[in-house]
Amino acid sequence: MLGRTLREVSTALKQGHITPTELCQKCLSLIKKTKFLNAYITVSEEVALKQAEESEKRYKKGHSLGDLDGIPVAVKDNFSTSGIETTCASNILKGYVPPYNATVVQKLLDKGAVLMGKTNLDEFAMGSGSTDGVFGPVKNPWSYSKQYRGKRKQKAHGENEDSNWLITGGSSGGSAAAVAAFTCFAALGSDTGGSTRNPAAHCGVVGFKPSYGLVSRHGLIPLVNSMDVPGILTRCVDDAAIVLGMLAGHDPKDSTTIQDPVKPFTLPTLADVNKLCIGIPKEYLAPELSSEVRSFWSKAANLFESEGAKVIEVSLPHTSYSIICYHVLCTSEVASNMARFDGLEYGHRCDINVSTEAMYAATRREGFNDVVRGRILSGNFFLLKENYENYFIKAQKVRRLIANDFMNVFNSGVDVLLTPTTLSEAVPYLEFIKEDNRTRSAQDDIFTQAVNMAGLPAVSVPVALSNQGLPIGLQFIGRAFCDQQLLTVASWFEKQAQFPVIQLQELMDDFSSDFEIEKLSSVSLKQ
Amino acid sequence: MAAPVKRWSCVGKRWVLAYIDGGSRHGRGAAIGFTSRRKRGQSSVAQQPLITAQKSRKGEHEWEAVVGLEIHAQISSNSKLFSGSQVHFAAPPNSLVSFFDASLPGTLPVLNRRCVEAAVMTGLALNCRINKKSLFDRKHYFYADLPAGYQITQQRLPIAVNGSLAYSVCVGKKPSQVSTKTVRIKQIQLEQDSGKSLHDEPRSQTLIDLNRAGVGLLEVVLEPDMSCGEEAASAVRELQLILQALGTSQANMAEGQLRVDANISVHHPGEPLGVRTEVKNLNSARFLAKAIDFEIERQIHELENGRKILNETRSFDYKLGCTMPMRDKEGKQDYRFMPEPNLPPLLLHDTASLPPGADPQQVINIDWIRERLPELPSETREKLIQQYGMLPEHSFALLNEVGLLEFFQNVIKETRAEPKKVTSWVLNIFLGFLKQQNLTVNESPVTPSALAELLNLLDRKAISSSAAKQVFEELWRSKGKTPSQIVSEKKLELMQDQEALERVCHTVMEGHPQVVMDVKRGNPRAINKLMGLVRKATLSRADPTVIKKILERKLSS
Repeated sequence: MLGRTLREVSTALKQGHITPTELCQKCLSLIKKTKFLNAYITVSEEVALKQAEESEKRYKKGHSLGDLDGIPVAVKDNFSTSGIETTCASNILKGYVPPYNATVVQKLLDKGAVLMGKTNLDEFAMGSGSTDGVFGPVKNPWSYSKQYRGKRKQKAHGENEDSNWLITGGSSGGSAAAVAAFTCFAALGSDTGGSTRNPAAHCGVVGFKPSYGLVSRHGLIPLVNSMDVPGILTRCVDDAAIVLGMLAGHDPKDSTTIQDPVKPFTLPTLADVNKLCIGIPKEYLAPELSSEVRSFWSKAANLFESEGAKVIEVSLPHTSYSIICYHVLCTSEVASNMARFDGLEYGHRCDINVSTEAMYAATRREGFNDVVRGRILSGNFFLLKENYENYFIKAQKVRRLIANDFMNVFNSGVDVLLTPTTLSEAVPYLEFIKEDNRTRSAQDDIFTQAVNMAGLPAVSVPVALSNQGLPIGLQFIGRAFCDQQLLTVASWFEKQAQFPVIQLQELMDDFSSDFEIEKLSSVSLKQ
Repeated sequence: MAAPVKRWSCVGKRWVLAYIDGGSRHGRGAAIGFTSRRKRGQSSVAQQPLITAQKSRKGEHEWEAVVGLEIHAQISSNSKLFSGSQVHFAAPPNSLVSFFDASLPGTLPVLNRRCVEAAVMTGLALNCRINKKSLFDRKHYFYADLPAGYQITQQRLPIAVNGSLAYSVCVGKKPSQVSTKTVRIKQIQLEQDSGKSLHDEPRSQTLIDLNRAGVGLLEVVLEPDMSCGEEAASAVRELQLILQALGTSQANMAEGQLRVDANISVHHPGEPLGVRTEVKNLNSARFLAKAIDFEIERQIHELENGRKILNETRSFDYKLGCTMPMRDKEGKQDYRFMPEPNLPPLLLHDTASLPPGADPQQVINIDWIRERLPELPSETREKLIQQYGMLPEHSFALLNEVGLLEFFQNVIKETRAEPKKVTSWVLNIFLGFLKQQNLTVNESPVTPSALAELLNLLDRKAISSSAAKQVFEELWRSKGKTPSQIVSEKKLELMQDQEALERVCHTVMEGHPQVVMDVKRGNPRAINKLMGLVRKATLSRADPTVIKKILERKLSS
């Protein structure tokens, strides 16, 4: 049961094959079993069981709230949750229990979803590995999969397997791991430069970043307000569409959400792709791109072409400036957004009380890690009067050029862009930390980050396993507010790709009955 | 930066001593300070009263002062600029604080429509161009009563620009010599107020009250078109009246709803403007004028002694009557302005640009607001002058007190007395009583109807004007009585009985043969003495013109 998709388990709940409480308990057991993954910062067991109980009552009365009623979900720990500690994986917010729910959290709860807990991340979502949070790194469930372990045994004998665990990618690594390890059926992430799509690709799940303004940011503790969007992590594209349908729409508490009413999302099944035009941005053929990813990317393009779609090479000429431009805009907003953490109203406060200034300084030094402090420092530098024109204003102009690149391509008739999500599959933690956070973020966001500059919807879909037995994802980018069209195309592709289910039997012997593991279905894109 | 600041503060302290040594507490602090220094042979300026001092000097010693103002007016609205918290003065500390006001992480600003309308109204009333598109920015600084670490303001593109404000100042000694001046308005911007810090020095603690945090402010920037404290105070007063007439701000300076920062510099005529200082947080018109005049004199004094003016922020010590450098504003402030990413551009419309089928709740129509602007103080004064033949200075006086005009109009409605009489009574007697007892018009024990009735009695000569004053005093003391009641209780009505009057006159003449003789010998003042005696005998209840007639008749017979 746990291995199913959200829609499948929803059907099972409606038909009474399982009750919400049973489902919740199974997930809770699995969360405990997989505690070593460090996917959750807080497990809200009591709340979850209570919510499941209420859901059960509704089902019994026949008053189900819809597809999400009774469905276990997880939420990244940078969304405000009423009565549940919200830390952003930072010392500065340890012990902070918000008095309100983020709009997206409230919407999930209003639809009957059961909140299992708050997932791990890089401190304040600054990172691409989920390795830089105060609660420690998140381990990629695929590290323990039969697929990966099988391959490793062939290669290196005698190596200590436990020390070779893989990163999840980030910064929403906890949410991606939670979905990948079957501890919930959908999770909220956040996506500022790829933070939902990157870990989705590394963990073999779907990671969807909606159009900026389609989903409310109220209650999402900001990284970069002008680029942040709540992200959705699920096991399949259809599930992402269901969740998006529940979350999308105007929020009076977020003035940047669209005013127009959003119609309910029902993902049509695409019969064929004859009328589609798929763009392949040539600038995304980066030298650092692994040959395996490149090969799956071209296979995917070929698949579309062979099925009747028009596949053309397109150019996004300002792509190479995107990372540096992002660096300026991101750190500037970070410097501003982090100013409120002064220890006065909430969160950590140091013991020093010589003066207000000394208290601020010590509180912030103790509260933030090096990555956050480094970004605050650079951001304040860019915002200085003498630097503002040369850095911030210029970066804004470049941002416009990058957004225009996408506009031009879409105006030329392209429906959807197809790109890699990441340079390669997930790397071992020990490998990953050889580079610092800044270098890693710059490398890892390369395919995902420009999308945030332009506010476009994008989704990472797992395609196949690499030679090492690790998931590889590809990214589809759509027109602004054409999220439904994007997901329709992604869903079609997902069906063709037939990505294999993660095999975690060894890990979860007790649950074997819950996983009606199918035989590894033939992977059409297998090398 | 630290050293010169220290020097300034020393200078300030010496002035403090000079002020006390000066021995007088009646004059202006600054002038006394300078006088005292001059006695010690250190200064040769500013012996004269402040404002004329600059003008009377000739040649190279002549100075011109330039004053610009930044005025913060709290918008009168039910809720704050970006949150739903209520706005109340003197509510229990931290009782009006939303999650956004406390800057809880993840909260976002939502613009209050009422505040935007208030800004548009104020902009229109001040002849501004309203920007159909304006932007919000973040201004960063760390302060305990600024929870977010930044203030949301409109630095780049404010809601209104290029306006003007006409105000009047007295030019001569007489109050009737009024001259109208104009100050240009650079811009009006919407921004958040900060919270309040209370410093508990003994316990070295700072207590924070966030009730005010996030209340909408209109920052009105006046160009440096003023030249002295009185001009600045008059301009602020006129702005205050306009805001109150519009209802966009209660603009009560004592309650901090109107706060003024003044930028001041001095220079020789024909030369470029001097380095300016900023005097912050002036919260009464009187202190505003005092602080500016002090600062002008201080700058002149410094420059004439070969010192330099620092571009610094100063505060006004109203007890000592001088400005001092502000300790916590030392060092270079870089506000690191940045666009506020959570608020889209603020778009306004006029009737021509209104999108068809737009939801009236979602759009603001400038023309619609313009058509509904209430009467402004300048228009009201003009009407008073036209309608009642009032002197301009009386029209100013009527508008200067909250509720006084309304009181005046209510009296006018109910009385047959001439408007000039009413004006005189309201401005001299009524206002005099209020001032003496430090009451507002609303707190007056005398109602407009009572005063109207009293003036009616006076108008039909039922009482004398001195009796009327007595009645008024009685009205003030004993609430609830009507003027007629008081008149009859105290027997204050004029003696209408001709025979009785004749008798009194006769008795007086009989009792004072010497005075009667004097009159007959041709002393013209002697009759006044007789009249005084008659008035005394009638307890002021006789009409003096009638008495005079009777006496004249009797004396000539």
